[in-house]
Amino acid sequence: MPVEVRLPTVLREHAGGQASVRANGATVGEVFEDLVRQFPRLADRVVTSEGTLHKFVNVYRNDDDVRFLQHLETTVVDDDVISILPAVAGG
Amino acid sequence: MLRLGRSAYLAMLAHALDDIPLEACGLMAAPLGANSGEVGTVYRCRNAAASARVYELNSLDYLHADRDADARGLQITGVYHSHTHTEAWPSPTDVDQAPDPDWHYVVISLRHPEPVLRSFRIVDGTISEEDVSVEEVAEEK
Repeated sequence: MPVEVRLPTVLREHAGGQASVRANGATVGEVFEDLVRQFPRLADRVVTSEGTLHKFVNVYRNDDDVRFLQHLETTVVDDDVISILPAVAGG
Repeated sequence: MLRLGRSAYLAMLAHALDDIPLEACGLMAAPLGANSGEVGTVYRCRNAAASARVYELNSLDYLHADRDADARGLQITGVYHSHTHTEAWPSPTDVDQAPDPDWHYVVISLRHPEPVLRSFRIVDGTISEEDVSVEEVAEEK
């Protein structure tokens, strides 16, 4: 399933400067695997080498945080928008 | 160099004051293709930590800000937050958790009778302060 993946500014340099890219997969995890196939420099920046979402990254499927769905197993359908956002916090 | 539109500057100060006693936080946006410091628009975000000592930007608010910025030809280029009882200088937590070396990090201190707004770049754990000017820039219609 082709979906749109929106990238935060900090990751765009690893994806040819693009703010938004297309990737395929039936789940968020598969979409990210395809993303890394297209842009190898995104490896380990969203999904850890253990295969889990990075702690300092939030991922949305449309308006839903995938941590409240099925994490990387969250299913996607055509034209879903997956947004990757850095967790912004401080003291 | 951070060049703030006047309404963006006032909006950040107002937000910091409105949220006392809690830390306030939000995002700043500049026109796509312009210098990242040309901030004419700010987005108030909820502090998910609801704390007087730390902030955690509500990620759904970030998502909505990002979409709005995108639709208006802007991009998110920084974050602001308030320090209710300490100086306008990034805390160790701010440095540890700074997500983007290209961003501008604004801290508004409410420690003194008048709010103090300062801006920083944080690259590889190193803080450098930058000049802030407040002026008329292209504002939202």
